[in-house]
Amino acid sequence: MLMTAIYGIAFLVLAPVAGGIIAGIDRRITARMQGRIGPPLLQPFYDVGKLFEKENLQVHTTQQFYILCYLVFMAVTGVLFATGQDFLLVIFALTLAEIFIVLGAFASHSPYSHIGAERELIQIMAFEPMIILTAAGMYLVTKSFYIRDIAASAVPLIMLLPGLFIGLIYVITIKLRKSPFDISTSHHAHQEIVKGVTTDFSGPTLGMIEIAHWYETVLLLGIVYLFFAWNPVIGILVLVVVYLGEIFADNTCARVRWQLALKSSWLIALVLGFLNLGALYFLRGVI
Amino acid sequence: MELLLFLILFPVLAGAILLLLKGDRFQGMGVKLAALVTGLASLYLLVSTFGKGTILYGYEAHSINDLILVCEIVVTLFLLYMGLKYRSRLVIALLLIRIVMVGYFEMTWAKTMESTHALFVDQFSVIMALIIGIIGGLICLYSVGYMRDYHAEHKNVPDRRNIFFFLMFLFLGGMFGVVFSNNLLWLMFFWEITTLCSFLLIGYSKTEEATKNAFTALWMNLLGGIAFIAALIWLSVVTNGTGSVDLDQVLTSGKAIVLVPAVLIGFAGLTKAAQLPFSGWLVGAMVAPTPVSALLHSSTMVKAGVYIIVRFSPVFNGTLSGMMIALVGAVTFLLASAIAISQSNAKKVLAYSTIANLGLIVACAGIGTAEAVWAAILLIIFHAVAKSLLFLGTGTIEHRIGNKDIEEMGGLIERMPKVTALMLIGMAGMFIAPFGMLISKWAALRAFIDAPLGLFFVIILAFGSALTVFFWTKWIGKIISVTHRKKNIEHTIPGTQWVALSIIGALTILICFLFPVISATVIVPFVTGIYGAATFLSADNLLIMILMLALVLLMPISLVYFRGKGRHTGAYLSGIPEAPDETYMGSAGTTREIALRNYYLADWFGERKVLAYARPIAMILITAMFAGILLPGVIL
Repeated sequence: MLMTAIYGIAFLVLAPVAGGIIAGIDRRITARMQGRIGPPLLQPFYDVGKLFEKENLQVHTTQQFYILCYLVFMAVTGVLFATGQDFLLVIFALTLAEIFIVLGAFASHSPYSHIGAERELIQIMAFEPMIILTAAGMYLVTKSFYIRDIAASAVPLIMLLPGLFIGLIYVITIKLRKSPFDISTSHHAHQEIVKGVTTDFSGPTLGMIEIAHWYETVLLLGIVYLFFAWNPVIGILVLVVVYLGEIFADNTCARVRWQLALKSSWLIALVLGFLNLGALYFLRGVI
Repeated sequence: MELLLFLILFPVLAGAILLLLKGDRFQGMGVKLAALVTGLASLYLLVSTFGKGTILYGYEAHSINDLILVCEIVVTLFLLYMGLKYRSRLVIALLLIRIVMVGYFEMTWAKTMESTHALFVDQFSVIMALIIGIIGGLICLYSVGYMRDYHAEHKNVPDRRNIFFFLMFLFLGGMFGVVFSNNLLWLMFFWEITTLCSFLLIGYSKTEEATKNAFTALWMNLLGGIAFIAALIWLSVVTNGTGSVDLDQVLTSGKAIVLVPAVLIGFAGLTKAAQLPFSGWLVGAMVAPTPVSALLHSSTMVKAGVYIIVRFSPVFNGTLSGMMIALVGAVTFLLASAIAISQSNAKKVLAYSTIANLGLIVACAGIGTAEAVWAAILLIIFHAVAKSLLFLGTGTIEHRIGNKDIEEMGGLIERMPKVTALMLIGMAGMFIAPFGMLISKWAALRAFIDAPLGLFFVIILAFGSALTVFFWTKWIGKIISVTHRKKNIEHTIPGTQWVALSIIGALTILICFLFPVISATVIVPFVTGIYGAATFLSADNLLIMILMLALVLLMPISLVYFRGKGRHTGAYLSGIPEAPDETYMGSAGTTREIALRNYYLADWFGERKVLAYARPIAMILITAMFAGILLPGVIL
């Protein structure tokens, strides 16, 4: 019980720090890839700090409510993960959190955030099957949906779930808001939907979105880490490689249309999920 | 015993009295009273049978059987008359087949087939009775104000409200009959009563479309009815007339005997629960006044279909036929959710969502393990409450804004804040953690993963739930968008609608909090009574869910803090010339309003497109289900 509380509080405090630093590293590496020097490592923290000093400007009061819910439930999702709760519960809580940012964008009734919201929904739809299949695969191997049991398993999950791992890496690009799947927020400027979902947020509200995204980044990397939980060294190394790969993709790929994003994510989830899970069922002697 | 008879007969009697009442005031009072008594009686049933398990009631069945036979002949003749009047060859043909089959059964077997306990009640029946009595009662209450507005709006529809209320209550009585009947003959009779009521209610407005859709509903359900009587004939033939037609006896008579009738009755259940390829009738049924849709979708009709499949689920467990039924349900869940994305008519979205959720229930029942049955019953409860709220809310909105198109619901939060809040509760209840349906989906996923061929079910559920998130969230987004143009028009809503909406809204939340109690005291005893010990969602997960629910409900308090904070400005329009109130400035001083439309992805999920391959798939699966009878030895 005590350990659970410590893990929970540790996540609440440390995850934004880690998420912010990852964002800082990301920006520096991205800058180098583009032939710039880039901002200081801690720039994301300065940026968010400044956002909270800015004037609180909104289209409608309820927007702040939706974004607060987004942040709170993203943190709750992370805490559920960090304290080793049920994987499916973590997935459902994550969906709940994301629905709130979509609603925040819908609430302002403006063309740019509206299209951003629709696209964000498509992204959720593209992401969800793969993560549920991942949870199912981990259950089939470890006989438990609990993150704590999965993390404590001595079985090298990656050996039994290679298909799910590749599929998850593919769709995680969506959640990290990286090109080619950065279709709802458009981090790279000068695009047709301005800043998509986040267009009509500013000041402290936008700051909350940034912090929520840090939580989300750490959570997603945590899920990737589960595949290697039997060996922390390899696990950390893989996380570094995976994230570098995401940055590389972000800087080399053109953004795709949502149709391709959705189709390819589903196809990968279907094919890799079916093959990988099918093999596991076969090994269990069920089929 | 008396209570069961009261629950079956009281709504029928009340309906008959309503048939004679004319005038707003008397009808209104009569409906209110009858709804109240029905609801209280079903609550009393819970109290008086609590903790007692299954209770069977013997009855001198043969004398009543004759009475039922007479009623059935009257119903059949009436339907035959309707078929002739509207020249529906299909309906006439099905009715003739049915008459021959019933006649053969009555002449040859009815006298010798045994029935010792005509009625029964157990935990599952009580749950169904509560849904029928309370939700059904509230829908009847709601319809008082709704039908008054309806006839004010539709001058061309003859005011036959007395018949309308009669049918609504007859429907409730028929449903009570379905869930309390132990004698399958009685069950079949009440089954036909629900078919009759739905047929007449769908056709209420007597417009061409309504009549056509009513006949679609009729022939599909008659087909199920024929499968039902075929099940009884098979039971008689295989036992050479010495068997029993009691549900409790049939269920325990061994798979060799019961599998065939189970599959036939399961088929009847599939038609009634509007599973593919029979989904058409429920979608067509939305031409009826909205309370009828609410009744059909939440507490009656389709619930009779899944009820009977869940009853037979221990038989399906581990059989090829059961697996095929489950696959029909799973495929229906996936494809109906997909079609829902492409619909902008609110009632059609609700209809496809109902079909999808029933599919999930059928999938659980077809798999038939203890966990799956537990999930199925939870789904039935949560779906009944949330879906009735959504239908009634949509009906209210439709009458205020004169439209049931979701695209017309932009800015609803300004025009009808309270109704919007209730709709949000209902929609959250349909798909978001930590609300009801999501808990059930979670349970279903856990049940699927350990089942044979669970792979297919898990993949279908993973994709289906992603589709679900899409179509609900974009609807929510529509009604919460703030357009700054609309006036509040909520004060015109009749009091009876407020009462019904608020009670069901409160129930939707309350049941989420109480569901661990409901599960522990009613559902788990029922399931363990059939299967012995089983594991369900663990206590710590339930606790987290309840804490999250509390958090979700507390979050709106932050609105009080945010009120008046910050400066308000218009939405960002990228420097395009803009005028006040969210309009663009056009040339020559014209202004153009911003119009935003949701994505419907019709190229991918259009109704015709999906149905074109959904129907053949479902037919193949149903054929395989019947073929599975030939292989009773195949235990997966």
